[in-house]
Amino acid sequence: MAILASTADTQNAKRNRWLSAPALISIVIFGILPLLVILVYSFLKPAPYGGVVWKFSTEAYSSFLFQRDIFDDTLQFTPDYLIIYARSIGFAIFTTVVCLLLGFPTAYFMATRPPEQRNWWVLLITIPFWSNLLVRTLAIMFIIRDEGLINHILIWAGVIDKPIVMLYTNFSIMLGLLYSFLPFMVLPLYSSLEKMDFRLVEAGFDLYADKRAVLWRIIIPLAKPGIIAGCLLVFIPALGAYVTPLILGGGLHLMIGDLIAQQFGSGRNWPQGSALALILMAGVLISLFFYVRNTTGKMHHG
Amino acid sequence: MKPKKAAIEARGVSRVFAAKGQHAVAALDDVSVTIHENEFFTLLGPSGCGKTTLLRLIAGFDFPTSGEICLYGEDIAMLPPFKRPVNTVFQNYALFPHMTVAQNIGFGLEMLGKPRAEIDARVFEMLKLVRMEDLALRKTSQISGGQQQRVALARALAPKPKVLLLDEPLSALDYKLRKDMQIELKRLQHETGITFIFVTHDQEEALTMSDRIAVMSKGKILQVGSPHQIYDEPSVRFVANFIGETNFLNGVVTKNGRVKLAAGPEIEAAGSSSSGSVTVVVRPEHASLTSLAKGQLKAVVSNIVYFGTDTHFHVTLADGAVFMVRQQNSGGAAAKLSQGDKVGVLIAAGTARILQD
Repeated sequence: MAILASTADTQNAKRNRWLSAPALISIVIFGILPLLVILVYSFLKPAPYGGVVWKFSTEAYSSFLFQRDIFDDTLQFTPDYLIIYARSIGFAIFTTVVCLLLGFPTAYFMATRPPEQRNWWVLLITIPFWSNLLVRTLAIMFIIRDEGLINHILIWAGVIDKPIVMLYTNFSIMLGLLYSFLPFMVLPLYSSLEKMDFRLVEAGFDLYADKRAVLWRIIIPLAKPGIIAGCLLVFIPALGAYVTPLILGGGLHLMIGDLIAQQFGSGRNWPQGSALALILMAGVLISLFFYVRNTTGKMHHG
Repeated sequence: MKPKKAAIEARGVSRVFAAKGQHAVAALDDVSVTIHENEFFTLLGPSGCGKTTLLRLIAGFDFPTSGEICLYGEDIAMLPPFKRPVNTVFQNYALFPHMTVAQNIGFGLEMLGKPRAEIDARVFEMLKLVRMEDLALRKTSQISGGQQQRVALARALAPKPKVLLLDEPLSALDYKLRKDMQIELKRLQHETGITFIFVTHDQEEALTMSDRIAVMSKGKILQVGSPHQIYDEPSVRFVANFIGETNFLNGVVTKNGRVKLAAGPEIEAAGSSSSGSVTVVVRPEHASLTSLAKGQLKAVVSNIVYFGTDTHFHVTLADGAVFMVRQQNSGGAAAKLSQGDKVGVLIAAGTARILQD
């Protein structure tokens, strides 16, 4: 009997293996193949009018840090790309932190509403997704530009007599990033807070914890999965943001996304663009690895 | 008996919930009760009677619409829960899932700012009290329901509260475990000397564990008394009906302590000396079956239900009312009875009671 059962099991396993085929095929086609193409391109030479020449080269990687002198052909350290990467990381961290500070109270508010009201709040949060990111970013532009809504009202009210320059500054980029990514923070936070048993909060109060202690010792540890998910969902796309810095930064304050797009467009340097994208990805993966290891490690120790 | 000190005193406490578009509902309606020091006090009633609301008001999770709640003479009705020396064992235990058993038990002491060494010692003491020493470092999700119950108790007892509140703590346990925990709770109350206020809808649990019981219905306390008083001397119909099984007989008071029953005879009945039409209660075990000639009441056996240790005889009285008699199966003449037999019913002296309403 046991032998029969085990052969039946292996037959089942053989049949079930095919069930995972659609998932595997889509992972290969949409995930691994494009990455391989990028990886191969990054080690080739650029063709003069876009595309690649099939010759091996590490130029794309070395030029991330060094520039070949036109006259004596020596490599010189140039921090231009590093500055853009550092600026992007700075913007992304800033966006993540401010999104968390704004998103947590918002999500907490939503999760503590009566159950029948909660879906309406979720709907309100997702309304921006109904329109195109480009359109929303242009709308921000109209609000903060020199002749925009804010300056108009302030001048009309007599608070200022010259418009405040907000557009095409670091401020406008960060405002745009914040606006675009806030829902990505609120939604995972909400889903973890909504699942939380609020009797645990009562238990905390009962055991002499004041509001601050309940927040830090009970609510935040329990919302941790949501906090991690929200931070990742904001930080990673913010790092590669393209439309927002392009429109609100006016090309003066480049971010990684714009830089990569430029290489594939006007720069006509596809290997360079591929290399920049892979460097970004490697950076994200490495920091992700440490982030997840640290946070889950802490959870085990309580 | 030495005079008892009041641990909790509720005076005229009401809690009105104003729901949108509906009539305001009084979950508690002008409730006054005194709970003594070192007492095992039970709030008993069906769901929705206000017993949990009263417990939440004492814990500080909710605040009364009017009235005052005093803890050793000091009005605490409006204090937040973290400023009250009162701890709660929650119905679902509400253990912190991100902490170990020991961290759960030590949480209250930690929040009170006690030094680490004192916390550790007290946590160990508590673990020993509830016999959980081996599981101190487990996560709360890795222990059984009964063990979670013990941790919840230890956590609530660790800060040495003046009063311990228990909100139906045994309802999630299976029958056997519930019996064990009932004994365990009595032991803990005895050993710690802390006032326990226990909320339950289970009358058997209330009778076996309590020093005193308050029976509640529709936001009011109907009767407060020892289990004996509540069972043997119910003051109102609801209490008599809710606790155990009971026969209600209609009658008219003829003179003090005597009632002419609608079913025929005049019997003795204790209780309030109201006049006119009254209801008399007789517990099934206080009545017995005998021959037609010897009985006070004449009846016909309409149904016999066998329970192993005893048998319930449903008999129809002269006025058509159904009366239940519980007979122990110790081999008396009653064992030979069958449906349709004419019998006499005897009511043990001093057990019939007149209800107030």
